[in-house]
Formats: sequence, structure tokens, C-alpha cells
Amino acid sequence: MSGVRVLVGTRKGAFVLSSDGKRDKWDVSGPHFPGWEIYHVKGSPADPDRLYASQTSGWFGQVIQRSDDGGGTWAPVGNEFSYEGTPGTHQWYDGTPHPWEFARVWHLEPSLDDPETVYAGVEDAGLFRSTDGGQHWQELPGLRGHGSGPSWQPGAGGMCLHTIILDPSSPGRIFAAISAAGAFRSDDAGQTWRPVNRGLHSKGIPDPAAEVGHCVHRIAMHPSRPSVLYMQKHWDVMRSDDAGESWREVSGDLPTDFGFPIDVHAHEPDTVYVVPITSDSHHFPPEGKLRVYRSRTGGDEWEPLTSGLPQEHCYVNVLRDAMAVDSLEECGIYFGTTGGQVYASADAGDTWAPIVRDLPAVLSVEVQTLP
Amino acid sequence: MIRVILPAHLRALARVAGEVHLDVAGQVTQCAVLDALEARYPMLRGTIRDHRSGKRRAFVRFFACQQDLSHEPPEAPLPEAVASGAEPYLIVGAMAGG
Repeated sequence: MSGVRVLVGTRKGAFVLSSDGKRDKWDVSGPHFPGWEIYHVKGSPADPDRLYASQTSGWFGQVIQRSDDGGGTWAPVGNEFSYEGTPGTHQWYDGTPHPWEFARVWHLEPSLDDPETVYAGVEDAGLFRSTDGGQHWQELPGLRGHGSGPSWQPGAGGMCLHTIILDPSSPGRIFAAISAAGAFRSDDAGQTWRPVNRGLHSKGIPDPAAEVGHCVHRIAMHPSRPSVLYMQKHWDVMRSDDAGESWREVSGDLPTDFGFPIDVHAHEPDTVYVVPITSDSHHFPPEGKLRVYRSRTGGDEWEPLTSGLPQEHCYVNVLRDAMAVDSLEECGIYFGTTGGQVYASADAGDTWAPIVRDLPAVLSVEVQTLP
Repeated sequence: MIRVILPAHLRALARVAGEVHLDVAGQVTQCAVLDALEARYPMLRGTIRDHRSGKRRAFVRFFACQQDLSHEPPEAPLPEAVASGAEPYLIVGAMAGG
């Protein structure tokens, strides 16, 4: 029987949550790497036993862990992330030039077809790639070097490259998103890049329609329709129908269009999920009610999903990498909170139940659908 | 034989329990001890000092013989008691974070 494996990164370790296809009884494994911040754990689409994890510490820096048995055992691999050439500067919070300095890996994106190849999005924003299972990392410097890099500024959480999307239908097309620079696209496997932010409007920057400078929180794509992208921006939920060439707002009737994660139903490319958060100064849900909002129309029209989620006194946040979907026949949706809950829905969001309630603050959630 | 005591997180990463014992040829300096440590346990590279510059990470400290050696030059000789194995060389995660 098919099953799922939910990979959870937290402030104090990683957890692996496993279930069969019914998704009602769960085995909880962890904490792996206890005491370390685990920004992201993700499995290879080409080999579900191959997992990569980003393990970080303010004291001891970056470690990359790799598992070849689905998270049963792990081994550290390469952790040297050196920017190509002279790193140069970006803007600091006060507008002064600040040298590019590696801080941590926010996101690991394994290749769609080669378990040995994996991309890493890092802070300060840059994109790295390993082709030997994580042993060695090389920067793809065309992103930082395409021209606008010196004008990038960090968001409140740091200047992180947090989203990497590999287009399954166009080998060589990669999307990346950076807070607070915006979205970028490469059509040549990461060698050259250009900003793809036309249509974004951000009131918090001097030119609200600038080519770069937007605080993009997350981008999602459905693999069957890769020209359509959905974006949760700092404020505004956006949609592109032309692979990022232009964007339009689809926040519609959401109670607030601030938030972090966004994801797409595994089988319905027009079904999209977000978690509205009150504001950038109140990082908790409106009215103390934890509600996932679902659009079945590709945006604009949204419905609250509340069954099984706390509807009073709930003041957690859901971070940008902390939502994922499985691809079982009835699509499962998962998200983790800064309060340590991981919620699952086995019916596309209609009803929810916690898998675990008391983990450390959840930084990331990924799901593997197993044969 | 040099005795090195790692902080708990790095013991877990290197999968060692208790002290690490290293043989260091030539003059026993902090740099030589760290070189030997990283050669034995490559997974520790980058966690104590920078890969390329060799600069100590900000929240890592080096103690021995009741002294803070963190700001000593990497090539300065360590105390004879460390070189002889009478006293351990401690790599410490600084108290920080409240």
C-alpha cells in the first residue's frame, strides 16, 4: 500500500512522520540532529530514499546531512559554500554596502531526475549546486552577477534565497525567489538570470513597481502546467500565466493577503492554498483563528478551511517552507506552525487533524509520496 | 598525545564520546591541533573555523589551563601541559542566547 513520509525541519531538530495511504495513524521519528536548526529537509524525486537536510547553528555554522535510506541513518556531506570570485556587496538594512557573507542554507531542491544533483538556496542570497550528492558545492554566480545584486536588501529574516523551482517540462528553466529582491528566472540551467517581477506592486519600497526589491515570500507551480505560477508576496497573492513574465493580483476575498506559504493541489492546477496572516507586524492569524484558505479557481475566490483547526486563541505563524502536498489519489495537505503543530488533511483541506502538537517551532515541511 | 574536548554538538556530529586524542607532529599550536582534528574528523571542517580563512567562528572559544586562548595567534605554541597531554584543549561553544 502506498504511503507518505513527512519531513519536518524545526528550530531544534528534524522529524520524520510516516503513515500509510490512509494517513490517520503516524509513526514519529526524531529528533534527528537534536538542538540544531533544521531549515529544510527534502527528498529526491528520482530516489525517495535519498534525502538532504540543512542543519545549522549560530555557533557551529552549516552542515549538510544526507540519508540514503529514507531518513533511517544520516551522514554529513560537504558544507563549504564559497561564492564565486570576489563576492562584492549588497545593501544592508541601513542602505550601506555590505559584503556578501554566507550564513546558512534555507532551501534544498533535489534534481527531478538525478539523486546526486541538488540545488541549495542560501543566505546571503545565492544559488549553489552539487552534482556529487552534496559533497561539493559550486555557486551559479550568474544570479548574483546579473546586475541588480548590489541593490538587493535583506528582509527581516535575512537576505535569503528561499524558493527554487525546477520546471519539469523545460529542462534548464529554473525559478528562484529572494527576500527581499524578488523572483528570478533562468532558461539555461542557472547560467544566466533575469528578474521576473513585472506586475508586482510593493508599497514598502521607493518605486512600488521596481524591477527588483520585492519581498517575495514563496512561489508555487503545478508540474502539469509550469507556465502558471502562484506567489505569496509579503503582501498580495499573485499569479503569473506566462512563466513569470507578468503577474496579476489574485488576493480577491482573502481576509488579509499577508502570509508566507502557498501551494497547489497535486491533481488540480487551479486549486491553491494559502494561510492568511494578520500583518507584517502581527505574525499570527486574524482573530486568533487558524484558517487555511483554498481557491478552486486559480485565485480571486477563496474559501476558509477550518474543520479541525483551532478557531480561538491561536497565535502561531506558518513559515514559507512549512506547507506541502502529497500526490495520493485524494490529495493530502500538510503544514507546520511556529507553535510546533504539524497539521494534515487527507481530503484536500476539508478536514484537518494534528499529526504532532508539541514539536519545536516548525521551519519547513515537505512530503514524499511513497509507492 | 593531545587531548581535545569538543562541545556536545560537535561530539554528536563527529560521533565521538568523551575526549579526542590526537597525535600532532612538530610544534603544538592551535592551528596544528585543529588541522589534526579536522583531518581525523572531516565533518568538523567549517564548524570551528572558516574553511578558507581559518578564522575562528565568532561563538567558538578555545580554553586550556584555565586560560582563554581564543585570541592567541593560531601559530602560537600551546602550553606545555597541553602539548604533553597533562591538560586538555577545550573547544567551547560560547554562552550566548540568554
